Amino acid sequence: MFDLIELAGVNKVYRAGASEVQALIDVNVTVNKGEIFGVIGHSGAGKSTLLRCVNLLERPSEGRVTVGGTELTSLGEKELQSRRQKIGMIFQHFNLLTTATVRDNVAFPLKISSLTKKEVKARVDELLELVGLRDHQHKYPAQLSGGQKQRVGIARALANHPDVLLCDEATSALDPHTTESILELLKDINSKLGITILLITHEMNVIRSICDRVAVMDQGRVIEMGDVLSVFLNPQHPTTKGFVSQVTDMIDTEALGIRSEGRVVRINYMGNTAYEPVLFETVRSTAATFVILQGTVSRMKDTPYGQLIVELRGERKDTDHIISELRQQGLDVTIIQ
Amino acid sequence: MSFFENVNWADIWKASKETLTMLGASLFFTLIIGLIIGLVLFLTSSGQLLQNKWLYRLISMVVNVLRSVPFVILMITIMPLTKMMVGTSIGVKGAIPPLVVAAAPFFARLVEAALREVDRGIIEAAQAMGFSKGMIVWQVMVRESRTGLIAAVTITAVTLVSYTAMSGIIGGGGLGDLAIRFGYQRYRPDVMLVTVAFLVILVQALQMAGDALVRRFSRK
Repeated sequence: MFDLIELAGVNKVYRAGASEVQALIDVNVTVNKGEIFGVIGHSGAGKSTLLRCVNLLERPSEGRVTVGGTELTSLGEKELQSRRQKIGMIFQHFNLLTTATVRDNVAFPLKISSLTKKEVKARVDELLELVGLRDHQHKYPAQLSGGQKQRVGIARALANHPDVLLCDEATSALDPHTTESILELLKDINSKLGITILLITHEMNVIRSICDRVAVMDQGRVIEMGDVLSVFLNPQHPTTKGFVSQVTDMIDTEALGIRSEGRVVRINYMGNTAYEPVLFETVRSTAATFVILQGTVSRMKDTPYGQLIVELRGERKDTDHIISELRQQGLDVTIIQ
Repeated sequence: MSFFENVNWADIWKASKETLTMLGASLFFTLIIGLIIGLVLFLTSSGQLLQNKWLYRLISMVVNVLRSVPFVILMITIMPLTKMMVGTSIGVKGAIPPLVVAAAPFFARLVEAALREVDRGIIEAAQAMGFSKGMIVWQVMVRESRTGLIAAVTITAVTLVSYTAMSGIIGGGGLGDLAIRFGYQRYRPDVMLVTVAFLVILVQALQMAGDALVRRFSRK
């Protein structure tokens, strides 16, 4: 896989008089070409600074930033400006020109392109079509809803055919329904136009619906990073567990363990096994039985997954057999008790 | 009508034209110089594109000094400079330099305040798009603050009207000159009344035009 964005050994220190705030501490993040990478963290965790380091709106105090093979941290101002044209960015508060119509907002970044008037018109038409705002092209931002404003923001960010789209809390100011439609649009842009997306958010729901990989940030550090599914199913750090619990009932294994008579196991499964009666078939082949104590079955981006806490009741050899059989079938089984 | 017996309408017209000339010329230079100073003030202030603490403090101090001297005093103080620039320190011509020196710092502060109203996020968005600083200043900041700038121009124009009238005290010409020489020094209240009425109409017209433009360009 090709690394499109690479942050290597990035540190960022803010100095205000005598005090220092370390906003980023030794951040190493690689975003692959074509993926949707999410960074989640509470406010003040440093995710916004991290995102702004990618297009150097914030210059790292230390470390290297590389986008598409170009080391941005070594570029001069002019070269950086021209590279930025290929890095789209959308914002929580949209940041549209209030004095320009939808159409002129979308055309705005093309002012510094080499396109002719006619080409600009064609490109803007195409973009308005893509985000579904043709009917609103002559309105001003103040006349639009939040979701429509973000669509203008997206169209504007895509104007110069970027290879990367940076999303700064793009759905945080939107209601849940609108959030969903914007996330769908971003997913489409990623899959149809092949644009790599790096987004930051404090909502686990955003990560779950569209991201391939995730980094969790806390106090300026990346504390956990990996495939969304594995981070989601096996969160290690308390902060990560907190985010995961936003979208599922966290399974309180300790409380469960106290009252059970058999062996309590946690089974994680994903992909097509989610639709197979693996557990039932396996248990049926023995003399044991099982009780489901708690469970979640859901979908992460396009992958179905499930997490069950099951109590296996029966002879030790039967339960041992069930556990090894499930593992052989590719399920992730953890013995809790 | 006997009340207006002292009013020489030809003089009034001439004085009105002089006032408009002084207003037009001084407004023109005030806007150019004030806009530049205002932009520099804003851009060099903390957290902005050309942040420069010492330059900001220097310009800010000069602006404050010029703004703290009352107009009449300023006008007298810079008489030698005026004479050097336009060859005379009296009449319509002699009034223009002091008008600009007094009004440009005032307008600059209004410009600075108007620019400060531009959403930081929009500037950030333009930076992210790859715009240069110069383009951000003209295409984003000035554009986005245009209603504030128009209001600032209106306020400055109105202030200049009153300054032109004051300039009459030391021989500035125009309606103020007429009011002082005839209305005040020769005790002719009818002349005073007519000049004041003309000044009121002028200010009203400027304010209404300014407000109409603000409404025309407002998109909020």
